[in-house]
Amino acid sequence: MIQDERVVLPEWGGSANLARRFAREIALSQPPPIRASLFVTCIIDQLYPEVGVSVVRVLRRCGVEVDFPEGQTCCGQPLYNSGFTQEARKLAVRTLDALDGSQYVVVPSGSCGAMLRVFYEDLFADDPVMLERAEALRDRVYEFTEFLTEVLGVDTSPVERPAADGPAATRTVAYHPSCHLLREMRVREAPQQLLNNAVSVELVDLPDAEQCCGFGGTFAVKYPHISEEMLADKLASIRQSGADTVTACDMGCLMHIGGAISRQNLPVSVQHIAQVLDGGEG
Amino acid sequence: MAEVATREFVAASQAAVRDEQLRQALRRAGSGFDGTRREAIAEVTEDVWEDWRQQARSIKEHTIAHLDYYLAMLERNVQAAGGQVHFARDAAQANAIVSEIARQQGVRTVTKSKSMVSEELGLNHVLEEQGVDVFETDLGEYIIQLAEETPSHLVAPALHKTRGQVAQLFAEQLGVPYSEDIEEMARIARVALRQKFLEADMGISGANFLVAETGSLVIITNEGNGRLCTSAPRIHVGLAGMEKVIPSLQDLAVFLRLLPRSATGQRITSYMSMVTGPRRADDEDGPEEFHLVIVDNGRSRLLRDPALRESLYCIRCGACLNVCPIYQRVGGHAYGWVYPGPIGSIVTPGLVGVAQAKDLPNASTLCGACRDACPVQINIPRMLLHLRHQQAESDDTNQRTVSDTDKALAQGFATVMSSPWLLRLGRLVGRALSAPLARSGKIRQTRLPLVSRWTRARDLPVPAERSFRDRWRDELSKGGN
Repeated sequence: MIQDERVVLPEWGGSANLARRFAREIALSQPPPIRASLFVTCIIDQLYPEVGVSVVRVLRRCGVEVDFPEGQTCCGQPLYNSGFTQEARKLAVRTLDALDGSQYVVVPSGSCGAMLRVFYEDLFADDPVMLERAEALRDRVYEFTEFLTEVLGVDTSPVERPAADGPAATRTVAYHPSCHLLREMRVREAPQQLLNNAVSVELVDLPDAEQCCGFGGTFAVKYPHISEEMLADKLASIRQSGADTVTACDMGCLMHIGGAISRQNLPVSVQHIAQVLDGGEG
Repeated sequence: MAEVATREFVAASQAAVRDEQLRQALRRAGSGFDGTRREAIAEVTEDVWEDWRQQARSIKEHTIAHLDYYLAMLERNVQAAGGQVHFARDAAQANAIVSEIARQQGVRTVTKSKSMVSEELGLNHVLEEQGVDVFETDLGEYIIQLAEETPSHLVAPALHKTRGQVAQLFAEQLGVPYSEDIEEMARIARVALRQKFLEADMGISGANFLVAETGSLVIITNEGNGRLCTSAPRIHVGLAGMEKVIPSLQDLAVFLRLLPRSATGQRITSYMSMVTGPRRADDEDGPEEFHLVIVDNGRSRLLRDPALRESLYCIRCGACLNVCPIYQRVGGHAYGWVYPGPIGSIVTPGLVGVAQAKDLPNASTLCGACRDACPVQINIPRMLLHLRHQQAESDDTNQRTVSDTDKALAQGFATVMSSPWLLRLGRLVGRALSAPLARSGKIRQTRLPLVSRWTRARDLPVPAERSFRDRWRDELSKGGN
C-alpha cells in the first residue's frame, strides 16, 4: 500500500513540498495513533484533578491521543446504587451522549467503569434503544490499567515517568484492589503487573487485600459504625504491609482510606495508580 | 412465625460491633470456614468448580421455573412411598399442621435435627405451648436452645458464642463442672441428648433437598443426630421450604459436591440420610408415619418477582455469610430474623416485607464477595440493588420506604450533575461553604448532619480550586501538563 501511495506523491519541488512530503512519509510509515476519550469521573474532576492530569500524562507517554468530552459529569452510580434509577438514567443518557463516537473510553475507576460497562445494561433493560447504546458503549469501556495492558499491551517502561536525573528512589507500594474493579470489571492482574514492572516501585504484600475497605458510597455515612470497623482492618493491613504508599484504581476507596490515614497522621502517602505510574507526582 | 426484629438493625449492629466476645467468635469462625472452602475449591481446581457451579445453577433455574411440576411429582412419589404431604401457605398453617399431628398422636417428646424453616416458623414455641417437650439435637442448636437464643448463622447456629461462653452455659444449665475442653463439652451434650432420642415419639427434621423422582427427603449432617431423629421415633415430620425440590438423584450428586465444600470446606459430609416414606413392611426399624410439610410462607412472592426469583436457588450453605465483610462485623442476630447475611438481606425482606426490613438491602457495600462465593452463582448484589430501587421508586407505597431527606439529596445531586455548568457552580458553592470548616484543605471536624458521619473517623477533602475540566481547558488540551 505504501508503495502505491508513493507513486502518486507529487513531484519534488521546493521546500514547502518537502515539508509536506516529509509529514506524509511519517504518517504513512506509522500506524494511526490510538484515540481514547477520558471519562475522568466526577470525584477526580471535582476533588482530585491532579489524578486526571497524571492519567492524561501516562496515556500520552504511551502514544495515545487523548480527548476529554466536555459534556460529561457523573456516570450516575451514586443514584443507581441508592435505588434512584430514574435520576440515574438521566445522567447515564448524558454520559452516553458525551461518549458517542469514541474509539475507546478510558475510566480511571473500577467503580465508575463498572457502571458504564455492567450496570448501564441493567438500567436500560426495558428500553431497547438505550440498551443498544449501552451495549455499544460496553465494549469500548476500559478501566485505566486494563486499557494500558489489554489495548496498548504495555508492561511498564513507556508508562513510567522518566527520571530527570538518574533512577528514582524506590518506594514500597501496597495495592488495594477495589471491589468493583475486581468483581464487576474482573480486572485483577493488570494493576499489579504494572506496579510490579515499575522500576521505582517495590510492590509489597497487603494482607487480606481483597477485603472491602468499607466505603461503599453512601454506605459509609449510612452505617458509619460498620464502615469504620472495616476501615480499621484495612488500615491495620496497610500498616502491617510496611508500605510507604497505598494505591488503588479508585479515588472513592482512596478518599475513604486516605481520610483515615490523614486523621491518624500515618506516614503513608495515598495515590491513585496513575500518580504512582506518573512518578509519584501530580 | 419467629419474631421479626429487622427494624432494629442499626441499634443491634451498633451493639454488635462493640461486643468483644462476638468479635472473637466471628473472627475465628469466619476466616476458618472461608479458608477451608477456598482450599477445597483449589483442590478440585477452579475450572472444575466453575463447571459444577454452572451445573447447579442450571438445575435450580430449571426446577424453580417448573416448580409446580416438580412439587406435584414429589407429592405423588412421597405418597407412593407411603408418606403424607402437606402444603402450608404460611407459618401459622405449617405450625397448625405439625401441632395437629402431635395432638392426634399424643406426642409428648420431640427430638429435632437442624431446620432453618422450623426457626422461621417459630415451631418449637408452638409445640411447647401445647405441652410438648422439644429438644434440639444439633450441637449448635442445642446450645442456643439452652441459652434461649436464635441461630446466628445458617450452618453454625451458635457461631456467635465463644468456647468459654458455651462452657459457662453448660455449667449453669446442666449442672456440670465448668470445662472448656471441646471433647468434654460434646460428651456432656451427647449424654444429655441420648436419653431424649430414646424417649421421643416424634422426630422433626429439615431437608437439604427433596428429590422429586423418588419422593426422598435428603439431610446432610456432621453429627449423626439427623439420622437418630428420622429413624428412632415412631413419627417423622420433615419440614422444607418449597424451593428445596430438585428433579432427580443425578441432580442431587451435583449438590452433594457443592454443599459440604461451600459450607465447611469438607469434600464430603459425615452423614447423608435419604428418607423415602415411613418404615416398610419388611424394614426392621424406622418411623410408622412420615409427614412432609412443604412451606410457602412468602416464597411464592419471591417466585413471582423475576428480579428476586434466583434467591430461591439458595442451598443455605452459608458461604456468603463467611465472606461478607458486614456479616463478619455484626454477626447474624443484628439482621433481626432467621436468615442473616447477604442472602438473608434478600430473603428476609422478601418473606417479612420490604417495609419491615428497610435497612437490610442497604447495609452492604455491594462488594460482590457473596456472589463469587455462592455455589449457585446467585447474583446477590443485583438483587440488593433491585430492593433499593423498590424502596426508592416502587409504585406500591408500602414498599416505597425511602426518606424524604434521602430523596431530596438524590434529586439535589442529580441536579448538580445535570450539566457541567451547574457542576462548576456546585463546586464553587461547596468550596465557599467548606472553606471555614477546613484546615489545610481538609475538613476534620464538623457538626453538620451527614457530613459528621463521615468526619467522625475520616478527614474530608474540600473541592479543588481548579477542577480537572479547568485544567484540561487551560493546559492539557493545548498539549501542556
